[in-house]
Amino acid sequence: MLSFVLILIASVFFTGIIVRTKSMASGRKGPGIMQPVKDVVRLFKKGAVYSRTTSFIFQIAPTIYFSSVVMAMMVVPFGQSRGFISFNGDFVFFAYVLALGKFFSIISALDTGSSFEGMGASREALYSLLAEPAFFILMGSFALLTGYTSFHEMFAALHLGSYISYAIAILATFVLVMIVMIENSRMPIDDPKTHLELTMIHEVMILDNSGFDLGLIMSAGFLKFALYGAIIANLFLGMVPYQYSIPLFFIIQGLLAVVIGLIESFIARFRMSHNPQFIFALTSVSLLIFFGVLLVLGKFV
Amino acid sequence: MIPAFLAIGFFVILTIPFVGVKYKGILVYLAIVVNAGLTGYLALQALMGLPFETIFQGSAVTGAIAIRLDALSAWFILIINFIFITGGFYGFFYMKAYQNQSKNLSLHGIAFVLLYSALISLTVIQNGMVFLIAWEIMALTAFISVIFEHEKMATIKAGFNYLLQSHVAIIFLMLGFMWAAYKTGSYDFQVLSNYTAGEKGAATVILFTTFFVGFALKAGFVPFHTWLPYAHPAAPAHISGIMSGVMIKIGIFGILRMMLVIKPDFAIIGYIILVVSVISGLYGVMLAIVQHNLKRLLAYHSIENIGIIGMGIGLGSIGLGTGNLVLATLGFAAALLHVWNHALFKSLLFFTAGNVYQATHTLNIEQLGGLIKKMPQTAFLFLIAAIAISGLPPFNGFISEFILYSGLYHWLLDARLLSLVAIIFAILGLVMIGGLAMLCFTKAFGVVFLGNARHTFKHEVHEVSFQQLIPLYLIAFFIVAIGFFPGFFLKLLIEPVSLLAGNNGVAGIFETNTMQTMQQISWAAWSFIALISVIFIVRKLVLRKQTVAVEPTWSCGYVKPTANMQYTASSFVRSYTKLFKPLLLSFKKEKKIQGTFPSDGFYESHPYDKLEKWFIDKPILAFKSFMSRFIFLQNGKLQIYILYGITFIILIICIPIVYELFFQVIGYFKQL
Repeated sequence: MLSFVLILIASVFFTGIIVRTKSMASGRKGPGIMQPVKDVVRLFKKGAVYSRTTSFIFQIAPTIYFSSVVMAMMVVPFGQSRGFISFNGDFVFFAYVLALGKFFSIISALDTGSSFEGMGASREALYSLLAEPAFFILMGSFALLTGYTSFHEMFAALHLGSYISYAIAILATFVLVMIVMIENSRMPIDDPKTHLELTMIHEVMILDNSGFDLGLIMSAGFLKFALYGAIIANLFLGMVPYQYSIPLFFIIQGLLAVVIGLIESFIARFRMSHNPQFIFALTSVSLLIFFGVLLVLGKFV
Repeated sequence: MIPAFLAIGFFVILTIPFVGVKYKGILVYLAIVVNAGLTGYLALQALMGLPFETIFQGSAVTGAIAIRLDALSAWFILIINFIFITGGFYGFFYMKAYQNQSKNLSLHGIAFVLLYSALISLTVIQNGMVFLIAWEIMALTAFISVIFEHEKMATIKAGFNYLLQSHVAIIFLMLGFMWAAYKTGSYDFQVLSNYTAGEKGAATVILFTTFFVGFALKAGFVPFHTWLPYAHPAAPAHISGIMSGVMIKIGIFGILRMMLVIKPDFAIIGYIILVVSVISGLYGVMLAIVQHNLKRLLAYHSIENIGIIGMGIGLGSIGLGTGNLVLATLGFAAALLHVWNHALFKSLLFFTAGNVYQATHTLNIEQLGGLIKKMPQTAFLFLIAAIAISGLPPFNGFISEFILYSGLYHWLLDARLLSLVAIIFAILGLVMIGGLAMLCFTKAFGVVFLGNARHTFKHEVHEVSFQQLIPLYLIAFFIVAIGFFPGFFLKLLIEPVSLLAGNNGVAGIFETNTMQTMQQISWAAWSFIALISVIFIVRKLVLRKQTVAVEPTWSCGYVKPTANMQYTASSFVRSYTKLFKPLLLSFKKEKKIQGTFPSDGFYESHPYDKLEKWFIDKPILAFKSFMSRFIFLQNGKLQIYILYGITFIILIICIPIVYELFFQVIGYFKQL
């Protein structure tokens, strides 16, 4: 339950920090950290324009997308405190409920009948499917390492002892950061700030959304960042008492936001046709983690 | 009960040809409902732990015929009954368009009743010989049901393809039963079971593999799947739904039954089934994505789902082989539950595809689009089934896939290197299957129902009658119910899973392990729905105060977009097709647009099956070219044909003489 509140708080400033880092890296002063949230609040107050082509799918999709992210938040624990929902194999639920949100965002893009949005939908469907294996193998590695299959028990039992386990944690962080970038359609995969619709993935899917719906989609994006940030923080905060872990949680979230901002500033977007290779490489890294865990456990016989 | 069951079927078959067109369907449907009531009652009793057994005298050829209805049969009987009741109701209305073909309808009705009776019989007959007869009745009646529109060349071709391949299956089954009868002197499964209990090692594995190939041909495991994508699109919608929902599951039933009877080396068998299943699952969905024909796409998805079911069976079998009871329980539970789930959402998908076909007279998804406005209820039902088949929460597909995942991750906890490789392979496979299914069904739903119509039809497109939709709502109800109350349905699974796992500890494992998790999932599903409703209501309230405008779709500044500019199904999966090119096969016809004043151009692509090319087409081609060397013999002259006959007779007469001579000559040589 604690995690839910912490993720909510972290999501408020997360995107602001990214934007601020990017503007500072490019030599500008940049907007305040709360600016993205203010934008969303403004969107919530606005009216909406709907396309003539769309059906009820387009009306419910943003709601379901947002709810799916909130449901995923309920599963994620924080250190010793479990999430609202916690059971064996809850990370499967986590991934699949996010996939449901994606399913709806894809069909709502197709609902507009726009070729641009169809293009974005096609890419989103393909790339998100390629990113899934990395996540499941990563979770498999943790399950193997700790002997548990729920988020809460896995993270609570995760001890960082030997050198190999540090290597595993660093690799896992790398994989998770990359999954964050893919899931949130960020830089090496997708460029949300590009000038051309043809080169976007996520932003082009929501061209026709406006007002409250757009606000929901944007805030779901903020929550998603903090959500994955919380998972990364959990890698390190399993046994730490609350008075240290809560500040540490925010430091890790802030650090992640700065890293994402820096990646966005200094790495160019890949060519669309190169994205699958990059995402496949991620699966290989997660396999590496898996074999690392085997080494730690001495199961390599 | 059994005489009543047979008598009802017999009576209906005899009377159908003589009643008026309007009453044929009612008669068939009544027969099925009454018989479903009879068998359903017995099945429910068996699920409560009261199996039913009776032995008929039989004849000198067959020996005693044992009828045993245990929990496994019961599980499949319930599926058959449910899909036949909903499918029959749907088919009754679907067939109204063909009322002028009275004789054809009679034949179809007879085949339908016989198919139902054969399927039910297959689940309970425990005598090899009679089993084969029932199997043959099923194959033939399914063939007749498929070729209802026999005036179409493609339908007849698909029908014969199916008929041939199902007879290849029968050959394998015959081999298995013959070997068993030769060894034990009886066709009874029980006798065979007693015999194989004392027999360990290669013999049982080979016997099981023979049966497995036979049943896998029916179930549609890769590479025995090639008949499926032809037969399903050719059949009328209710028959496609029944074939995909029920008939291919008889293959799964056969595999499970033979596992119980033969008790082969479970660990080896499990690994084989697991690998075949993962490949089936991946291959099925990979080909489904590139299909343009809606029913063909669904047919390939059946192969995928058979793969998922097979993964469950494989896990269960490995669990039995290694003495890991939790793994066995989870594996078999996932497989059996997915059999139900797939029957539900696949029949729903085929029925809605039938609605689309009735409304538009085409199944080519590139010509469809925007149907959600004309057929909102069909679209809604298709959407529910599409989410369920993609394995997404909160519907039933997620529950069975989740149990499968729990099985895999549970196995992971005490695995060694070899099994770890298998687990990683299976997890990767299952994840990819889920993702690819999502790609496929966003494509299918998006292109068929959303956007603008890509083609203007000469006739009016409208929703089918409400009566025709009733059975579909019933199926959708169960899809949702299993998703929201998984615990209740899992309780029904305890008996069949205990039977398969051969242990009474299953109920305990369910209680301590699965039920709690299911409670949580159910809770999560409810809170998900509550959350969506709350946010949706808030959205409604907020938007009520604001101005809401309806405008054309934003097309990035272009003012005259047409429906042809929409993303098509092929373009939606283009990046996928490029990525998976080495594994796919497609034929292209292309004429490029050239010149300063552009000429006409066109581009066509037809997906094809690489395995079909290598396993079916190439061998047939080689066989044909070999046979064509003897084509000179067939020259059309009667005199020469008579000469062939005489030569043949003389040769036959000569064989013993030549044989004698041969030994005489050898005798002479020996004397030297």
